[in-house]
Amino acid sequence: MSEFFTRMGDGSGIYMTAAEIREDILKGVKEAADHGKIPDLTQEEMDYLFDIITMPGNIVGVERGREVVSTSDSGSCKMTYHANIAMERSMAVMVSEKVLGADSIDIGNMDYSYKAVKQIVHNETPVMELAQLNAVIPVLYGSMPNLGLYTKPDGPVENWSELLPLAKIDEACAAQEEAVEHAVRDMVFVAGEMYEAGADGINLDTCGASGDADFLAGLLATEKIKEKYPDLGVEIGAAGEFVLGMHGKLEYDGTRIAGLYPHKQVKLTEKAGANIFGAVVNTNTNKTFPWNIARTVTFVKACVEAAEIPVHVNVGMGVGGISMSEIPPIDVVTRADKALIEIGKADGL
Amino acid sequence: MSGIRTAGDLVLRMQLAKSMKIDDAKKYVAEKLGVKPIDLSDSDRMAEIRAKNGLGRSFDLNKLPKGIEAKFNIAKILDIKINSVDLFKMKTGIK
Repeated sequence: MSEFFTRMGDGSGIYMTAAEIREDILKGVKEAADHGKIPDLTQEEMDYLFDIITMPGNIVGVERGREVVSTSDSGSCKMTYHANIAMERSMAVMVSEKVLGADSIDIGNMDYSYKAVKQIVHNETPVMELAQLNAVIPVLYGSMPNLGLYTKPDGPVENWSELLPLAKIDEACAAQEEAVEHAVRDMVFVAGEMYEAGADGINLDTCGASGDADFLAGLLATEKIKEKYPDLGVEIGAAGEFVLGMHGKLEYDGTRIAGLYPHKQVKLTEKAGANIFGAVVNTNTNKTFPWNIARTVTFVKACVEAAEIPVHVNVGMGVGGISMSEIPPIDVVTRADKALIEIGKADGL
Repeated sequence: MSGIRTAGDLVLRMQLAKSMKIDDAKKYVAEKLGVKPIDLSDSDRMAEIRAKNGLGRSFDLNKLPKGIEAKFNIAKILDIKINSVDLFKMKTGIK
């Protein structure tokens, strides 16, 4: 019986038979459909996904004319901080534009959080200004709401992660609500500074990392940013496929935030005024790539169908069907991209 | 889409500025450039069009608009506001 090379969610290589791959595709689709209460992929779509997974060649590509655009989170930091190349960030923008062919790029600080950036924004804006003079591609500024940073001892509010195990529920909720106010203020402040430095957009990245209050902070900040700077593009990137209910009762425009999956997350980002939504579906390292990408595409297809704004799917390590590994294997990356664009109908990555 | 090697930056600008889905953004940019949407991903075709319209390109830049200069032309041809272009005009007194 012939076998096909593929991978586990942690990136390790495995061989699977056609029957095993088809079984995992079906299971991945069902898992997403059950949890998200969304439609399954059609049999035709699952057959095409099987074709993508088993295509010969180390890398695969989309059909001509189906190419999509890309945004990034901590894009210009990949060369400077992550790869440790001694390079100023506006120079990394130029390398991204001219050498890598990026459609856009974001500048971010090493501590990719708005709370940290607020303190040093006067040193961040000249980087943006210089980049804007030299770059042709849209250059955004990116950071995370990162609500956890607002807790004591580093921040001003009580730590809800310490209060919750003590059953101090009301105090934990109040602390999160207070942290939202601080985070929104910081995000709007930094967005304003970047707008005046010429930024094309602001990326509120990994919204929901600290749960529903974190996601709410991103939505409320977007509202205020669009009110003050209507021409500044806003991208909201999610932290996960499911908003954790660390608070549990927070609502936005009458919708409870905790427990929302991507197809509902995107509707709130639209209401807030965001221009692009970065959908996230997490990778399960104990499952195979066929299972993970089938599950991801099912969520993404539902999200894109529900969305009136463009959806850019996060396809980095550990999300979007991509392996949870420092150096994502190119066979998995290109197959995930093709599936998300051609079956999931993603507007970008 | 490969950014300024093709028309990826232009398509992305329409998503960021007008929340256009990918097919709508491609159609808009293609109409403005007078090409078909499928041409937007053709690096050979776009190199010629970008040079002709002064939209910036990766290499062979001699005497062609670069950086903010190219963005002046992009704002005009796509009929959109580009923040850095408006700031440049304001700071230099250009009407």
